[in-house]
Amino acid sequence: MNKKNLLVYLRRISQIFFILLFFYLLFQTEYRGEFTKDITNPIRIDLPVKFFFEIDPLTAISTVISTHSLYKDLILAVVLISATILFGRFFCGWICPMGTLHQVFSTVSPSRKGIKRIESNKGHPNQIVKYYILILFLAAAVFTSLQVGLLDPITFLYRSVTTAILPGLNLSFSFLIDKLNSFDNPYVQKIVDGIYSFTHDYILSFIQINFHFAWIIGILFLIALLLNRKETRFWCRYICPTGALLGLFSKFSLFGMEKAHDKCTDCNKCLLDCQGADSPQGRVDWKSHECIMCFNCERVCPEDVIKFKFFPSRTSTSMEPNFKRRWVTLSGFAGLFIPFFSRGSAEFKINFNPKLIRPPGALEEAEFLARCIRCAECMKVCPTNALHPTLLEAGIEGIWSPILIPRIGYCEHTCILCSTVCPTGAIRSITEEEKVGSEKVKPIKIGTAFYDRGRCLPWAMAIPCIVCEEHCPTTPKAIWLEETDVPAPNGKIVRVKRPYINPEVCIGCGICEKVCPVQDKPAVYVTSIGESRSMENQVLLDSSRYK
Amino acid sequence: MGDNNIDRREFLKRVTNAGIAIGAVTGGAFLLHNKDEVISAGESIVKVKDFRITGDTLPQMTIAKGDSPAKIVKAAVEGMGGMKRFVSRGDVVVIKPNIGWDRSPEQAANTNPEVVAETVRLCYDAGAKKVIVTDMSCNDPRRCFFRSGIGKSAKDAGADVQLPKDYKFRKIAIKGEVLKVWPVYTVILEADKVINIPIAKHHNHSTLTLGMKNWYGLLGGRRRDLHQNIHMSIADLAGFIRPTLTIIDAYRILIKNGPQGGSIRDVKMMNTVAVSIDPVAVDAFATTLFDRKPEEIGYIVEAHKRGLGSINYTELQPLIISA
Repeated sequence: MNKKNLLVYLRRISQIFFILLFFYLLFQTEYRGEFTKDITNPIRIDLPVKFFFEIDPLTAISTVISTHSLYKDLILAVVLISATILFGRFFCGWICPMGTLHQVFSTVSPSRKGIKRIESNKGHPNQIVKYYILILFLAAAVFTSLQVGLLDPITFLYRSVTTAILPGLNLSFSFLIDKLNSFDNPYVQKIVDGIYSFTHDYILSFIQINFHFAWIIGILFLIALLLNRKETRFWCRYICPTGALLGLFSKFSLFGMEKAHDKCTDCNKCLLDCQGADSPQGRVDWKSHECIMCFNCERVCPEDVIKFKFFPSRTSTSMEPNFKRRWVTLSGFAGLFIPFFSRGSAEFKINFNPKLIRPPGALEEAEFLARCIRCAECMKVCPTNALHPTLLEAGIEGIWSPILIPRIGYCEHTCILCSTVCPTGAIRSITEEEKVGSEKVKPIKIGTAFYDRGRCLPWAMAIPCIVCEEHCPTTPKAIWLEETDVPAPNGKIVRVKRPYINPEVCIGCGICEKVCPVQDKPAVYVTSIGESRSMENQVLLDSSRYK
Repeated sequence: MGDNNIDRREFLKRVTNAGIAIGAVTGGAFLLHNKDEVISAGESIVKVKDFRITGDTLPQMTIAKGDSPAKIVKAAVEGMGGMKRFVSRGDVVVIKPNIGWDRSPEQAANTNPEVVAETVRLCYDAGAKKVIVTDMSCNDPRRCFFRSGIGKSAKDAGADVQLPKDYKFRKIAIKGEVLKVWPVYTVILEADKVINIPIAKHHNHSTLTLGMKNWYGLLGGRRRDLHQNIHMSIADLAGFIRPTLTIIDAYRILIKNGPQGGSIRDVKMMNTVAVSIDPVAVDAFATTLFDRKPEEIGYIVEAHKRGLGSINYTELQPLIISA
């Protein structure tokens, strides 16, 4: 095998490896139960499931701008940035799982062939739009509004697969298993058990998961994939802010393309499978910042015009995008204004949304929005399907950031998994002891429960229940019972236990709301008030608040 | 328009195709036509067998006390005549502990893991082919099975520890007063013998949760609704599942804030295990550990009334053993 073919094969192997790794880590962002370790061990996810977010330079740089610090393992992004400085924008062509998906959707049964395909890969001035998107996002981060996650490819893919694809996949397997199960045959049962254990050990979640307005995320994902039918790697060429960032770093690249223009016969074979639309053909400048190092051009060039090498001559290379000053200024100022525009709307800490229950350990709202990239790692790892992408609960600025919807899933008392997988510290790293509290330290409170006495079985109908009290996990219990004689709906006097909330003790975990038998609109519900992270969203006088 | 004439062959072809299409639609419609007012779900409803053993010459109840949870279980079962009396060679045994909560053994919200493990070993020693340990937890089952220590201890003893799987529920005829048909965990259908190993705990609604209440943990569906008629529904379950053996773990008991507890202060050491073939009698005995009388507990009274066992546990002449 010659060197030209070798690079392309290596690239394909790398793409397959990293997309499999991405999905493996995504599927394993889940505690699957453990029967081997001693019970004193804390429950953690052992695999480095945050890996792709931690090497993502856009996450690192934008959070550095918004918080002035580099959170924990985000320092791994240095490796990728350094590698880009050495080898160019190879991440997009060799590693990025979203890029690989785009490549598959562009290449398999392509929508254009021959001359048309060549023409469509000649490049378009609008490819610079992604750089303006990058400037917009980075400028927004200056005044602490972190929006990169909307279009960062790793985040986009992780969020889409987790919230929009996996629940449906889970449902389809359940459907299949139910159908097979109805045969009632021991051999079929063996197959069913096999399918179930394989899918639930390696792919699906332990329970059926469903996400709040996930269909919107799903449709956007579908559009992103379908854009590849319009043009190869449309997302990578026109939209991707991470690609744009790497494009800027590739300016320093030691590795690159050198062309022997005089040998070029204008056959344009190089353009046929060009992924970046970076002008590999002769007689024009190669755009190093657009090239994603797929090496398709070098491989097919019949005249050896194209050569990738270290320290290439840069005489016919355009090293940076052709920025237009007015668009740079416009996107920069627009970005600077984003936080003020969105926080001028009343959703941000003026009209507190009772449904905006953040996960335990979430930072104060402004600090939270400066860190949360909406990657959905927390939603994926949550064992009870409690965490969901917001739609508009956190205002337009906080779209798809996590909220807890207790009616769908409650916050498991001793679980801190979401705080262990958050790559940016929007949910800070907490311990079980800190969350549950002790005699000295108050527990982390994410909201407060309230009774709707008009719907509660003992209160409204004199029917015994107390399921909420039974499930309340705190010590002492935040729900207490008063045993009393009350008239039943038929007029007879009966003795029931009526539940009360002690808001001082309630941590807002929401298990009471989850288990309440009043199905559609539960008789006990949690709102965000009293959350530990907020100074303003409070009800009770607390002398220790301003310390 | 006159130029559009078609030939006979084409005419016949089109008419035939149209005819087939109409025939297919009409035939399909008649085939699927539902003339009944009620749409039946078409689900089969199965029955559960009786897991009791026959013959009652040997002791019917033993109570063992001692410092080691494993030793007292072993002694109590041996006092009953040994596990071979209950488990035959090749049996599939389902053991149903209480693994309801994400709590550690010291918090006494779940069955003691050593009690469960020792029972698993006793079953295997008696020749069981497979011992399954399972429960439908209230908290996240993965956490409950781990934190209770039962996942590890039972697995180490060789048991097939099964986290509840959502496809393994079927509507089963319970034929009770409150529970007519309910989704039940189908592991019970695989069993030759069933051993119930609850922990004795305070329960804020039913007063105490003991053996018969532990069958809640085999139910799916909206079991939270059962609190609305708790004593009757527990008695229904006691009539539905007739276990081979009930082993009440009272090594530690939870005397307050049950069934979940949380504080070590609510836990009392009793160092006791009670074993019986009579699920009502063993529950009746366990009430005395809490300084209560069996007559105070609605479901025990109701189960006795229905003839599921005896509330007067002393009539069984329980054998008291120190180990």
